[in-house]
Amino acid sequence: MAEGAARVTEAITAGPGLALCAYLTAGYPDPAAFREILPALAAAADVVEIGVPFTDPMADGLTIQRASQVALDYGVTLGSILTLLAETPLDAPVLLMGYYNPFLAYGLERLAESMTETGTTGLIVPDLPLEESGDLFHTLETRGLALVRLVAPTTPPARMRVLAESSRGFVYAVNATGTTGKAADFDEATLDYLDRVSSVSPIPVLAGFGIRDRSQVATLSGHVDGVVVGSALIEEIDRGGDPAAFIAGLRPEAAGQ
Amino acid sequence: MMSDSGRFGPYGGRYVPETLVAALDRLEASWGELSKDPTFRARLRAEQTSYVGRPTPLTPAPRLGEIWGARVYLKREDLCHTGAHKINNAIGQALVAVAMGARRIVAETGAGQHGVAAAAAAARVGLPCTVYMGVVDVNRQRANVERMHLLGAEVVPVDKGEGTLRASIDEALRDWVTDPEGTYYLLGSVVGPHPYPTLVAELQTVIGVEARSQIITATGGLPDAVVACVGGGSNAIGIFRGFLDDPDVSLVGVEAGGDGVIHGATLNAGRVGVLHGAMTPLLQDQQGQVLETHSIAPGLDYPGVGPEHAMLRDRGRARYVTVDDPTALAALRECAVAEGVIPALESAHAFAGARRWVEDHVGATVVVCVSGRGDKDLDIIREWSGG
Repeated sequence: MAEGAARVTEAITAGPGLALCAYLTAGYPDPAAFREILPALAAAADVVEIGVPFTDPMADGLTIQRASQVALDYGVTLGSILTLLAETPLDAPVLLMGYYNPFLAYGLERLAESMTETGTTGLIVPDLPLEESGDLFHTLETRGLALVRLVAPTTPPARMRVLAESSRGFVYAVNATGTTGKAADFDEATLDYLDRVSSVSPIPVLAGFGIRDRSQVATLSGHVDGVVVGSALIEEIDRGGDPAAFIAGLRPEAAGQ
Repeated sequence: MMSDSGRFGPYGGRYVPETLVAALDRLEASWGELSKDPTFRARLRAEQTSYVGRPTPLTPAPRLGEIWGARVYLKREDLCHTGAHKINNAIGQALVAVAMGARRIVAETGAGQHGVAAAAAAARVGLPCTVYMGVVDVNRQRANVERMHLLGAEVVPVDKGEGTLRASIDEALRDWVTDPEGTYYLLGSVVGPHPYPTLVAELQTVIGVEARSQIITATGGLPDAVVACVGGGSNAIGIFRGFLDDPDVSLVGVEAGGDGVIHGATLNAGRVGVLHGAMTPLLQDQQGQVLETHSIAPGLDYPGVGPEHAMLRDRGRARYVTVDDPTALAALRECAVAEGVIPALESAHAFAGARRWVEDHVGATVVVCVSGRGDKDLDIIREWSGG
């Protein structure tokens, strides 16, 4: 595994506790504020995911749908995101998360080049399943960039292994069926599922969708290598809270001691 | 026609969240078995006959033919139960849902015709049904909302995006992704992830099979052209598939030209992209954001199109033209007065497209697919007439 993807894996495994991956839609709550929040977020989190807005975010719940629309209204584009990243050195590795069409419209080769130039480490594309991902995977792989695979509770065992083995950076385990944002319920079945993902994955596993507080993060300790927090972070910004402090506050108190 | 991966040439495929992949695999496998199962086929045929009202007639339209200078025949999908071709697909998929053990059905709707068909089919097979419908469409197709309520369906207005068909599909997909095992997504057109474009086309092919045999009986030969409107394109695929192997039959699809600036003419003005689970021509901007669409006909108000149409276009087997709002409305009025048939505004696009095709082919024989009836459109027509 070459550079970009390896940086993500290293950042996740470097610390003692669960790794925290912060998701924020680009340009939210407005482009100037986003520019300020981003470095602080990258200091507080182990990995940062920047959401690329799309008009039809079918895997997202209300919070990210709304953030996406706000970003589009501000004229945020994939190009403007990459420009910002080129100008902004960040402590944590950055991935872009977005739907396939804006990436496709930008051009996959051109995207991979821009990612390399700006130090962007990889992509998460929720509407691009394994079968359709050949072009993008190879384009990224030849440059050592990560295409992070998602697995879901509905993923059959054999497929889960294939997904985990072809994932780069980490494996994104979707906690529950449904869209982003709805509070997750980490019952026995969900923890079993996360254990199964971890047992087949050669690289770290991050749980995502519906993670909102420290107690959930604590519950996941020992089952996965980290968590992705998105909708809850956006809602904290909406409440006027400090996004970096919110991320820092998700670390179990024992971590690092 | 279609490869194993659900591709029509470069189009189609399955661009969905991982959560839905297993459900689509199950649907593909179930449909593969059911569509060959004699018991299922007999059940479907019985429903088509005794519930939907098939075969629908092929009606000669001599007065329209005299005005146009052609021999015109109308394939009367407006006479299907619930008033449009949508029920052909809805009843078939409702039977699939039952066979797969689904607990509920969700559907999207634009004009409301698919919503009504899905609600009726769900009632018919005894499953609860939730229909997502854009708020703009809820307001302009009131009668259909009331029909869905009477049929026992829950209608959820969608106020996101532009409040039209596209937003309702986004929302139906979000519902489905929440419970992919217990919920059956009854998609209404030849769009979406594989296997839907194939499944829906196969359920609509009955239109073309009937039309081909009927026109031969009526005229002793094949028509010169078959014309149908294209939003997602299910009635068009349905009738086109009956004539694909007849190279002398021109296939003409008619897209929404809208107000001339904002429209739904995906095959004429779109660029390849990915929306709602398929790679297909798409009305989008340079950044890959999906564009606003407009049509007087809510069922054509959609920025994507069925992948099979894109392939037929590329191969030159079908041609796709556009008709704008006023021309469609004029065609509706012309047909109503000339033949005593009020077509849906969607179908009126096909009439206008056929009329234009005939200008270059005087004396030709043309079959127009009347995909639905216009009763649902009285509010829109009244508004356009300043009433």
